[in-house]
Amino acid sequence: MNLVLLVFAMGAVTFVPRMLPMVILQKIKLPSFVNRFLKFIPFAALGALIFPGVLTSTGPDNLTSAVLGSVISVILALNNTNIMLVVAGGILGAFIGNIYL
Amino acid sequence: MNSVKSHCQETYLMQNTQKRTAFRAGLRTGLPIAIGYIPIAIAFGLLAKAAGIPNYVGMLMSFVIFAGASQFVGVNLLALGAGFSEIVLTTFILNLRHFLMSASIAQRIETTATKKWLALLSFGLTDETFAVAALQNEPHLSRYFVLGLNLMAFSAWNFGTWIGLFLAAGLPESLKLSMGIALYVMFIALLIPSMKKSQPVLVVSLLAMGIHTVLHWANFANLSTGWMIIIATVASALIGAILFEREDCTE
Repeated sequence: MNLVLLVFAMGAVTFVPRMLPMVILQKIKLPSFVNRFLKFIPFAALGALIFPGVLTSTGPDNLTSAVLGSVISVILALNNTNIMLVVAGGILGAFIGNIYL
Repeated sequence: MNSVKSHCQETYLMQNTQKRTAFRAGLRTGLPIAIGYIPIAIAFGLLAKAAGIPNYVGMLMSFVIFAGASQFVGVNLLALGAGFSEIVLTTFILNLRHFLMSASIAQRIETTATKKWLALLSFGLTDETFAVAALQNEPHLSRYFVLGLNLMAFSAWNFGTWIGLFLAAGLPESLKLSMGIALYVMFIALLIPSMKKSQPVLVVSLLAMGIHTVLHWANFANLSTGWMIIIATVASALIGAILFEREDCTE
């Protein structure tokens, strides 16, 4: 198999779904229902991306580490902490959970 | 004549400064993504190496594809001896969710952006750059801001891949594992403030988590994670659009 050709084919099928809606839809006025649907997409996608994936994010048998990291980051985020600090706190929590628990 | 010229030059300079400010803000806003990407890209580099893929192909993947899930799955499938079309088709299915994200963000990018600009910006669309861009407070995003954001993410992804391919074999396992949570934590940090502010957002995002969890546990028809995320996202956003007819979900 030609690996370089494969990489470019994978690049093409990754690029097309990213590119088409952006180029086509940007200047079109959409019906309000579609608009509402699209406005909810970021929050829906974030929810689906976070859970349950986060539970296995620190390895297959490492639930405590993942839970400790997520709980710390949820608490920090609830208190409107700067995003970099939330990320740092979450990684630290996962690291501590990984080493000590 | 002279004054017109200097006036034009002034506006030109001012616009240039604005562009630069927006670009820098984009780079800065992209920092949490970069922190999350580097360890994952390192892991990708290590995996590609372990699968016996030549270093230049590993680098080329991060440069041309720039999509974590696709690259991991691609390398896995290669190691399993899958065929060309199977790998390309799986990559395509895995990335269909970006179709939704691209449609969602299209309405937010400043309308002065040309199609060439939009195509360039769309190359940098990932789960992470999309989430960060979509949750900015400004209703319209400067194309220079999005470019800066994407460039930060893209550079970190390629830098991490390079480390993984050439340097990373010696990193301690516990550190590598702990970094795996970084992107999830960033998603949490992005989502929670909006969940606090708006009840529709709270309902929609909890619904998405619930639907994905049910699909994950039930695991019927052997759905891949890519499909589960698409189904959960579309279903919960649809329910939100039906339930909250009058509310504006962004506030």
